[in-house]
Amino acid sequence: MSVAPSLPLLDEMTRSHKSPPPSAASASSRKKPSKSAGRGKATAESMATMQRDISVSEFFAKNRHLLGFDNPRKAMLTTVKEAVDNALDACEEAGILPNIAVVIEDLEPSRPASAKQSRYRVTVIDNGPGIVRKQVENVFGRLLYGSKFHRLKMSRGQQGIGISAAGMYGLITTGKPMIIHTRPGPKKPAHHIELAMNTKTNRAEVTVDDLTEDFPPQRLRSINAGTRSADFLSHTDFPSGTSVSIELEGRYQKGRGSVDEFLELVAIANPHAQIAFVPPSRVSDDDRDEPTLADAAANTDAAADAAAPPKKRASKDAEIDPSITTIERDGVTIFPRATNDLPPETREIQPHPRGIELGILIQMLRDFEVENKGGGTLYNFLQEKFSRVSSAKAGEFCKTIGVHSRTKVSDLTPAQVQHLFNEMQEAKLPPPPTNCLAPIGVRQLLAGLLKGVKAEFYAASTRAPDVYRGRPFQIEAAIAFGGELPAGDTARVIRFANRVPLQFQQSACSSFKAVVETSWRNYNLTQSRSSLPTGPLVVMIHMASVWVPFTSESKEAIADYDEIRKEMKLALMECGRKLGTYLRKRQAMRRQAERRDIFERYIGEIAKAINAITGEDPKKLYDKLLEEARKRTAVADATLDEEGRMVKKDEADEFRDDEGVVFVEQRAAHLQEAEPEEQEAAPANAGGDRVKLTRRKKTSKKRSSDSKLF
Amino acid sequence: MAKKKTTTTASTSRSKRAAERDKATLSKITALAEDVAKSAYKGKDIAIAIPTRTRSNTVWNRKRGILEMGDNKSSRELFNLNQAKQFMQTMLHSSSIKELIEAQKTLSLRGMFYKGLHTIAGTKNEKTFAAQDESDSILEDLEVSLGALREELHVFAENRGGMVGNITIVDKGDEIDCRRMGSGGYQIPSITEPDILQFKKVDAKFVLHVEKGTVWNRFNEDRFWEKHNCILTHGAGQPPRGVRRLLQRFDQELQLPVICLLDNDPWGHYIYSVIKQGSISLAFESSRLAIPRARFLGIRAKDYKECDLSDDVQIALSDNDIKRAGEIAAYPWFAENRAWKREIDQMLRNGFKMEVESLITKDISYVTETYVPERLKAKDWLD
Repeated sequence: MSVAPSLPLLDEMTRSHKSPPPSAASASSRKKPSKSAGRGKATAESMATMQRDISVSEFFAKNRHLLGFDNPRKAMLTTVKEAVDNALDACEEAGILPNIAVVIEDLEPSRPASAKQSRYRVTVIDNGPGIVRKQVENVFGRLLYGSKFHRLKMSRGQQGIGISAAGMYGLITTGKPMIIHTRPGPKKPAHHIELAMNTKTNRAEVTVDDLTEDFPPQRLRSINAGTRSADFLSHTDFPSGTSVSIELEGRYQKGRGSVDEFLELVAIANPHAQIAFVPPSRVSDDDRDEPTLADAAANTDAAADAAAPPKKRASKDAEIDPSITTIERDGVTIFPRATNDLPPETREIQPHPRGIELGILIQMLRDFEVENKGGGTLYNFLQEKFSRVSSAKAGEFCKTIGVHSRTKVSDLTPAQVQHLFNEMQEAKLPPPPTNCLAPIGVRQLLAGLLKGVKAEFYAASTRAPDVYRGRPFQIEAAIAFGGELPAGDTARVIRFANRVPLQFQQSACSSFKAVVETSWRNYNLTQSRSSLPTGPLVVMIHMASVWVPFTSESKEAIADYDEIRKEMKLALMECGRKLGTYLRKRQAMRRQAERRDIFERYIGEIAKAINAITGEDPKKLYDKLLEEARKRTAVADATLDEEGRMVKKDEADEFRDDEGVVFVEQRAAHLQEAEPEEQEAAPANAGGDRVKLTRRKKTSKKRSSDSKLF
Repeated sequence: MAKKKTTTTASTSRSKRAAERDKATLSKITALAEDVAKSAYKGKDIAIAIPTRTRSNTVWNRKRGILEMGDNKSSRELFNLNQAKQFMQTMLHSSSIKELIEAQKTLSLRGMFYKGLHTIAGTKNEKTFAAQDESDSILEDLEVSLGALREELHVFAENRGGMVGNITIVDKGDEIDCRRMGSGGYQIPSITEPDILQFKKVDAKFVLHVEKGTVWNRFNEDRFWEKHNCILTHGAGQPPRGVRRLLQRFDQELQLPVICLLDNDPWGHYIYSVIKQGSISLAFESSRLAIPRARFLGIRAKDYKECDLSDDVQIALSDNDIKRAGEIAAYPWFAENRAWKREIDQMLRNGFKMEVESLITKDISYVTETYVPERLKAKDWLD
């Protein structure tokens, strides 16, 4: 099979791909000048006049649902999401702990109540490194322009579509340009630029371009009481950074698939980020107030937390502090930072020979030829352009396909390229390097979950990296159980890819299938056939990869590769085992607590009956019987204590050794039921204080029974 | 006031012995309660000893020909998770019984269930008794542990079973002529102790006990008891204690032979066994319930041929029947009785069972006019 000559289409595609100078894209639209052809029978010539290039912008403007702008509500979410993803990527790449503010302003607060959508202005501000002036148009004004597409490096964005598409959507629906403020450094002035995208040319037109000191934009600090607070958008928090404002027709509504949920999930997957959110003052009228994960938490804790400023709440080290939770006050929701550790910096890697595709190989050979001005050897190519190809291995490849190691790549025949490709798939090579991946890590996962989910038991696990189609990836899973989670519902699955939450098309996602296929019954949970487990459970799955295989451009679901699903299941099983251990202990504990009360329940009846028969003083007899009962349950108590302590010891100690588990005793329902006053006891001195506590409880109980009895 | 009056009239008619028995029962209950209180104050285990009412604790007294209760006792402890509730229930019923005796009233089993029923103080809705059978079994426990009969506890069961015949009785002071009971007959009360029920004018020469009311009706309509000068009783299936006690008194006090007419099936055989030897659950009362001299007149396995019955009366033995027949054949009093062994074997060989009513296929009154008289004359019965 001859390769290069027989693939003209591929050739065309790859050529336009390899060098995207600004002129190339605009040139394409001039390529086929339109001649006015007379109407009549279409001929090849007349049809040819209708055939012309399509600009990517035009294509996506027409097919905006592909990018997640199918309806006003989702458009709003996608806009926020793309801006937040970019902000986080920028901060992390610059080594800055992200501070992000999301402000949604309602521009038509007086619209009729029946309006299905309204005009909003979405502004996202970050404290990243800012953007140099000349790149602003490219970054925000063009589709398929970005730093992330061509490299094999883990990042949130991949294609270079997101934020520009959001701007384009805003322009189409409101005619308003995108407003950008960016300050590239604390000492430098900020740029104020307004951009309108030309979909025909895939270029941005600048309508306003001036310098300003207004960063972060002061206008946003007067929206409501919360935003007027000194902490909000302060210059100290945002010395440099970028702010993007997009006006759009959208719809703000809480619940599943909402902006609120998105930010909550972002906060879980990015415990190192602090996010402030100002929702619009008025939400759509039929706003379903479906509580999101932390709504309950936010409401109950708001008052208590109001005293402490959120910044001080951030923990100083990697220790997990369960008291860090979402705070809502004065119209600003704050997802505080739970850790000050930035995710490790990731390396860019070369592709791994296994899993590479033939067309890509041909393109790489051609690029290498151009780079070396026609002079590169195959040996060097193999060594430089691939990961995990040693010099010995490179020589081996040359030998197998029958060429000398100094043969130039330009001299290879298509048959030899095909042979090389086949060899690459067969060759025994070490898996790709994994320093390109930055998993969240179990401690951080737990910190994130603790922040967002009010449960009593948390477990997390990170798998070793693996490879699909030559691309390294790594799976992490975490579960939260019990506490304030609803017990009667099926488990909630929250999914992340490169720390970005995936909120739609759950059932199409590999991770969902992995959860369903895991046999949760083994871990004492109920689960009907081929469905999610039932119980107060949140399951979180994160996939980190240099290239996440999404099922569509809008990045909503992870494609179902066997390797990926297998790793997901293994991670879930690891968490499940820890949960199973915990649940078994919890059950044992509950049984013990129930047994304790049995004697005491009947003593009152017995005292009354004996009094009726013999005239015995019921009070005296009751007290005596109770004392006896206490004596007997004291023995039971002791064993219970011991066992109870053992449970705790296990939960605290065994799980303390296991950094993948957190147990929040205060929220553990069984402990509260068994011993209401237990909460007051610090777990550390449980042994000594326990007796006293128990006695106190008994006394109070006795008193209450007395009053009922006599 | 009305209440007091009835109480006084009742007490006047009661024999001295009854009053003594009440006194004895009361002191037993008081002792039980005092024992519990004493154990509590001494810090001892709080428990009631209850003779076990199981097959393993039932002894076949060959000499007397009755089943008796063995000496095994189980201890019901308050501070035992599985027994705490039953302990409480036992104490509740003890106090209810004391109240009944003092008020000189009686209650049915169901009445006792309601008497003791209430929500336990300090619980949301845990009831003292979940269902009547819990209450019934506690009462049986009390009977055995106090060594008192049910009627001594002033508790009775539903009336069941009927009687007609050449006898006059006195029931709670009312004279009842069982010759003039119409078609319904005298309903046998659940307590047929001498202090309630006395015999007055007895002409009958034997007692014919039939299994159920329908057959009894046939005999009553044909005035069988008149023609053959007997007492005719039925027990509505397995006879309750009142019927059994009455039959036993006929046997013991009046020396009347008790002859049973039951179905030819394992259930009929079992009823005969209960009448004759006593049952496992009431083994402690066998000495006043069992009638070792009772006889089994029919239906016999041989009757199918002997009476020339049609095929239609056959009811095939089920697997369960066969199993039950094997168990009954193994009872010592049957196993040691050759005639009985043959009888059961023959039934199994037949492979079918027959009800008393099967004789109706011959003639409506075949059973009263031919079958029973002939068998009685021939003394063709099983012992």
